[in-house]
Amino acid sequence: MYRYDEFDHAFVQARVAEFRDQVQRRLSGELTEDQFKPLRLMNGVYLQLHAYMLRIAIPYGSLSPRQMRKLAHIARTYDKGYGHFTTRQNLQFHWPKLVDIPRVLEELAEVEMHAIQTSGNCIRNVTADHFAGAAADEVADPRPYAEILRQWSSLHPEFSYLPRKFKIAVTGAERDRAAIEVHDIGLHLKKNAEGALGFAVFVGGGLGRTPMVAKKIRDFLPEQDLLSYVTAILRVYNLNGRRDNKYKARIKILVHETGTEELTAQVEKEFAALKESELKLPDADIRAIETYFAPPKLKARPEGDATVSKAVKADPGFADWLRRNAHTHSNPDYASVTVSLKGIGEVPGDATDVQMDAIADLAEQYGNDEIRVSHEQNLILPHVARADLPALHAALVEIGLATSNAGLITDIIACPGLDYCALANARSIPVAQEISQRFATQARQDEIGDLQIKISGCINACGHHHVGHIGILGVEKKGAELYQVTLGGSAREGSTIGEIIGRGFAPNEITDAVETIVDTYLAKRENRDETFLDAYRRLGPAPFKEALYGHEAKAA
Amino acid sequence: MMKIVAANRLTDGETVWLGAGDRWVDTIDAAHVARDAEDEARIEAAGKLALAANIVIDVTLVDVEIAEGRILPKRLRERIRAGGPSIHPEIGKQARSAAQHAA
Repeated sequence: MYRYDEFDHAFVQARVAEFRDQVQRRLSGELTEDQFKPLRLMNGVYLQLHAYMLRIAIPYGSLSPRQMRKLAHIARTYDKGYGHFTTRQNLQFHWPKLVDIPRVLEELAEVEMHAIQTSGNCIRNVTADHFAGAAADEVADPRPYAEILRQWSSLHPEFSYLPRKFKIAVTGAERDRAAIEVHDIGLHLKKNAEGALGFAVFVGGGLGRTPMVAKKIRDFLPEQDLLSYVTAILRVYNLNGRRDNKYKARIKILVHETGTEELTAQVEKEFAALKESELKLPDADIRAIETYFAPPKLKARPEGDATVSKAVKADPGFADWLRRNAHTHSNPDYASVTVSLKGIGEVPGDATDVQMDAIADLAEQYGNDEIRVSHEQNLILPHVARADLPALHAALVEIGLATSNAGLITDIIACPGLDYCALANARSIPVAQEISQRFATQARQDEIGDLQIKISGCINACGHHHVGHIGILGVEKKGAELYQVTLGGSAREGSTIGEIIGRGFAPNEITDAVETIVDTYLAKRENRDETFLDAYRRLGPAPFKEALYGHEAKAA
Repeated sequence: MMKIVAANRLTDGETVWLGAGDRWVDTIDAAHVARDAEDEARIEAAGKLALAANIVIDVTLVDVEIAEGRILPKRLRERIRAGGPSIHPEIGKQARSAAQHAA
C-alpha cells in the first residue's frame, strides 16, 4: 500500500487544522452557512435528512487493517456504531456531529486517511478494480497509476473549480470490474505489441439524469504520458464544459455535444503541447510508486487444493461460498475473497464497528494485511491462501458475513435513498431488503445465476441503476414512491444503459415485478449457461413487457 | 394548508422544528403549526432569524396535516426526517419516542 511521506502527513494535518479553524469560526458565527457550506463540502461534510454526513476517501478502495480499525473506532465513538461503504469505494458516516468532525479528521490523519475531494466540482477519489494486484487476468496492477493520479489531482489549483465533479476509474484487466466506461475518464491498463504498458482511454461516460457510455479516444497511451493526456482532457473540459446549467455540466455532455472526433482532436492538440512538459512521468517515478504496491511475499501453500476439496465435501455451505465468493488469484495457492456486505435482508454496504474490527483481524490473520472496498459495496480480502479458506469462512460465519452471494441476485447495490439522503425521492434500501428476502434461498439464487440488481433513490444514480441487469429507480409521484424498472444495463466492458421497460411500480408491487422478470428469464433462457443479461440481449424487452403488463392490455 | 418549520441544528445536525415561543424542539409533536398565511409568514421569518443567528441551518416550511391528533407531514421525506431511517427503527427520534411511549 501507499504510505504517506513527510509531505503527505504535513499536508493532511494542515488541512485538518484549517478545517478545525473553519468549524470554530462557523460555530462562533464569524462564517455564515453560505460561506461555510463550500468549505465543509471540500472536506466531505454534507447535510442529510437527519444529521450531517461525513464521506471519507478510500483511495482506489484499498484499506489496511489499522485503517479499518480506525473506521470502526470512529463509528463507535462519534457515530451510531456503523458505516456505509459506497459505490465510489468510499465510506460514509451518517450521524457525525459538526463539533466532532475536526477531531474525527484528526483521527483519520493518524492512519493516513482524509475526506478531501469527496465532494465538490473537483477530481474525486480515483477508483480501481477491487482485485487489483491479485487477479489472475490482470496485465499489471492499476493502483500505482491511481495513486499517481491521486497525488496529481489533490488540490490541483487548475482543476479545483471544474464545471462539475469528475470521476476517474482504472482497471488493469480485460474483464472490467471498475465500471470504467461509465466514468468521466476510464483507463484500461494494457500492454502493446512490444510489451510496453499504456492505457486505452475512455472519456465521457456517466450515469445520473443523462446516462452515457464513454467513448474510446485513444487505444494506447504510453504510461509516461498519463498525466499529460489526462491534463489535456481536463483542460478541454475546464474551458468548454458548460457552467450555465448544472445538469449539462459533466464532460459526458461536452463529449456528446462536441462530437467524439472533434473532442479527440481538441484533446490531442492540448496533449501535443504538454507531451514533453514536466508532466511527462519519468520511468523512475512510476517504478518508485510501484514499489509501494509490490505484491505481498506470499508463502507457498500447496496444501490448499487438498484442504479445500476436503472442506467442500464436508460442508455444503463452504462449497457455496467458495463457488461464489472466491476469485482466481495470480498465485494458484491463493484466492481473493469477497466478504459480502449483502446478508439476506441486510442494508447493502453497511458494516458495524464490530464487523469492521473483525474484518481487520481476519485480514491480519489470513489476508496478508490487505482489505479492499468494491464499488459493488462489498469488502475484499485480496490475498488469502486457499488452505486458509475453510477457517476464514468459519470465522466469517461467526460475524454474519459469510453470505455466499457475490454476483447473485441478492448482491444488490443500493444507494442510501430517502432513508438518509436529502436528494432522494424514494427509498432504496427497503426495496433491496425485500428483494433479498424474496430470493433468499441459496438454491434459488444459484438457479438464477449471475444477475445484478442496482437501485437508486433518485435520478442522480448513486445506486448505478442504469447499468443494473435489472435497474430500479425510485421516483416520487403524487407524493408516493414509485419504482421504474430498466433492463439490460451493464457496467462491464462494452457497457450498456438499461432500457425502461414500462410504467413504474408501487412499493408493494416492485418485488413481484422483479420476480416476474426473473421467472420470465428462467422460462425463456436457452440453458443454464445463458445468463440473464445474455438472454435479455437475445430476447429484447418484448417477453418481459408481456409478462409484466400483458394482462393489463388484455383487460383494457 | 397547515405548515411547520423544520431545520437542522448547526452544532450536531439534529433535525429540529420551531415550537411554541419560537424555541427549537427536537420532536415534531412539539412543533408549532401555522394555520393561516399570517402565522406562516411569522414562523418563516422566525426560521430565517434563527438561520442568521447561527442556531439552525436548512430551514424549510413543511406542509402538514393533523392525523389522529398528531402532526403528520404530507411528504414521505419529511415523515422520515421526523422519525429516522425507516430501516432502523432502533435509531434516531423514532427510537426515543418509542422508548417514551413504552415508559
